[in-house]
Amino acid sequence: MEKEKEGEERIGVFVCRCGVNIGGVVDCDEVARYAATLPGVVCVSVNKFTCSDSGQADIQEHIHKYNLNRVVVAACTPKTHEPTFRVCCEEAGVNQYLLEFVNIRDQCSWMHIWNHEGATKKAKDLVRMGVYRAKLLEPLEESEVAVDRNALVIGAGVAGMQAAMDLGDMGFHVYLVEKEPSIGGRMARFDKVFPTNDCSICILGPKMVEVARNENIEIMSYAEVVEVEGFVGNFEITIEHKPRYVDIDKCTGCAQCAGKCPVEVPYDFNEGFGIRGAAYVPFPQAVPLRAVIDLENCLRSEGKECKACIKACERGAIDFSQEKKYSKVKAGVIIVAPGFVTYDPEPRNDYGYGLYDNVITTMEFERLLNAAGPTEGHVIRASDCKEPMRLGFINCVGSRDIKTNVHCSGGVCCMFNMKNAILLKEKRPEISCYLFYMDIRAPFRGYEEFYNRAREIGIRFVRGRPSEVIEKANGNLVIRAEDTLKGVVRNIEVDLVVLGTGIVPHSDIEKISKMLKIPRAADGLFMEAHPKLGPVDTVLGGVFVAGGASGPKDIPFAVAQGSGAASRAARLLVTGKTKIEGITAASDESCIGCGLCVDACPYGALTLDEKENRVMVVGAICKGCGTCAATCPVGAMEQRHFKNVQVEAQVKNLFALA
Amino acid sequence: MGAEQFDQTYPKFEPRIVVFCCNWCSYAGADLAGVSRYQYPPGVRIVRVMCSGRVEPVFIFDAFKNGADGVIVAGCHPGECHYVSGNLNAERRVENTRKALEYLGLGAERLRLEWISASEGMKFAEVMREFTEEIKELGPSPVKSRVDVKNPKS
Ligand code: FES
Repeated sequence: MEKEKEGEERIGVFVCRCGVNIGGVVDCDEVARYAATLPGVVCVSVNKFTCSDSGQADIQEHIHKYNLNRVVVAACTPKTHEPTFRVCCEEAGVNQYLLEFVNIRDQCSWMHIWNHEGATKKAKDLVRMGVYRAKLLEPLEESEVAVDRNALVIGAGVAGMQAAMDLGDMGFHVYLVEKEPSIGGRMARFDKVFPTNDCSICILGPKMVEVARNENIEIMSYAEVVEVEGFVGNFEITIEHKPRYVDIDKCTGCAQCAGKCPVEVPYDFNEGFGIRGAAYVPFPQAVPLRAVIDLENCLRSEGKECKACIKACERGAIDFSQEKKYSKVKAGVIIVAPGFVTYDPEPRNDYGYGLYDNVITTMEFERLLNAAGPTEGHVIRASDCKEPMRLGFINCVGSRDIKTNVHCSGGVCCMFNMKNAILLKEKRPEISCYLFYMDIRAPFRGYEEFYNRAREIGIRFVRGRPSEVIEKANGNLVIRAEDTLKGVVRNIEVDLVVLGTGIVPHSDIEKISKMLKIPRAADGLFMEAHPKLGPVDTVLGGVFVAGGASGPKDIPFAVAQGSGAASRAARLLVTGKTKIEGITAASDESCIGCGLCVDACPYGALTLDEKENRVMVVGAICKGCGTCAATCPVGAMEQRHFKNVQVEAQVKNLFALA
Repeated sequence: MGAEQFDQTYPKFEPRIVVFCCNWCSYAGADLAGVSRYQYPPGVRIVRVMCSGRVEPVFIFDAFKNGADGVIVAGCHPGECHYVSGNLNAERRVENTRKALEYLGLGAERLRLEWISASEGMKFAEVMREFTEEIKELGPSPVKSRVDVKNPKS
């Protein structure tokens, strides 16, 4: 039942107090009284919370009672609440596009807290703009599109793996794209994980195998997504497969080639400690457990005819004729989980990192602790290969610092550095550990207890950010810091300094955000659709985020987000269809066929029909930006819901206070 | 009708600023300014469009005709437009419109293009405050005294 009647607008205006959020600043009754005087307005109503059940019922009652065909809601922001009121209108028989949302909270009462009079005046102006626009709104239909039942997951760290597994278990085909030659992400590099100190790879390894075994998951390792086209339900993705120079079907991961490779490269998996060959297996638990040759470091790239790996491989798996390949896949949903990196102190030489041998990062320390690491679990220092007796751990390096990165790593780094101190202290109780901190953030279950344990076993906490680290001739280091609890400056000599580096965006985040158009927050990480209620959604239909790429997270949090993103994505995959906005472009017969809009359209949604000499819009491709409408010199191209007359109605009523 | 009419409504000169905000970045940035309570003067009015690329010169002229002292077109940072390149179209259009304003004697300074992302609530408020101050210096728009703003509104 559509209540649209030609030529007769019956508008209802609903002013929300939003508790005191609006009502405490704006005189809502005054706004409503004013609205009642505007042409076309047949009823007004003020509610304490218009979005509540009773508030929405009030709108629907008014719609029925006054036979409304336009609804103006003056409340918070359409960014969060427009969908709510659209449904409310539809239910009562008013097309959802006949709703006009006026923002008198985020952009009025909250903006002018101390200027009640100004805010009220402004609210009236805004409502008037809305009413005049509402008069000219037209009903539109959303179109329905089918959702492809495949999913794409970018990044196979613990969050991405969890998302892929959940979707795979639900029976959806998943393309799991990982840039590195093995899945596993950051967690595969950790020795032990807080607060239980269980062995990281021992719990992750089986999960990685499970992912590989899941018949619905197609792992694309050593590959990168380079282009994404399309829209929710219908993404077309181009994936670049880097050549491994190893036939993945023949290789067994025996690592014979690695043993024979004459090249020595710093071992990236061990944070640059130790060496690997140009031919190597990423790490013993790698999935897929296959060798890879990095041609950049291979002697062949220098034109030498080395055949060491070819000779070593019994199965003849080495294949230098491989080239970069591209493949195209289709997916209905995309889950983005590229993870994070830790702050690199090298360029600024923070605390002498990069200058002094015995200053390392906590991630490097982690590899030293690991039994499978470069030193088989013995923590030694670089200058003399001795086991340090006194260690200084410095927290918040490259975080909470206006010089580098003001953001906090959300407690992850506190726990991370503390854990490493505990691990070594428990192994070698005779050592002394100092931990320099500004504040300890131990927010979740078991974390506070973990902190207490650190104190109990004798780790000494010094509250204060060290000003500098000074190297002595024997390689020892003096940490200079103000102990802000005692109010004294302390110079503590240690043998090894470990920097607790903060979490910063992965270099891929920028690329992915540009490719998919996911907005980023001030910290450079992905921005979620809503910080509280949409933590794994993005503003883009069908695109979800999980893990450290949308804010620092510990492992349980990342896993939960992986599952969360999977279930959000599954809603679309299960129903197999979704609605897309009715706000698209439309041309009329006054078109002169100049074609200016065709060039301006970012999507190629417009075509010039030579015969008719008129531009046509391909609805499914058009995303409704309105650039064409603004380009059209004769006003033949319009953007639905933002037609010239509709926007102009607002503009004309901007200030004139009657 | 003269400028006095405005003086009744706004006794001291409170610049009237119109901001065309794209839905995805700048409008969300304006919301964030609100959520964070970064204050700016109430003379600022926001008109939402889906993309800054939608803003035509006519809208801008209309805004001046209807009492604006200054206009801002706000969109996503280059490369971040929700619709790929709508903001670049906006950039060109604003540049041309500024020339036209200069020619018409309103002054190019009364029109600005700003890139404000969804996370830049602080920037949004700062730009509004700063622009308001700038327009205060410039004084009321010369168009105002010639248009009867009380009347035809539809
Ligand atoms: S969507 Fe923000 S400028 Fe295009």
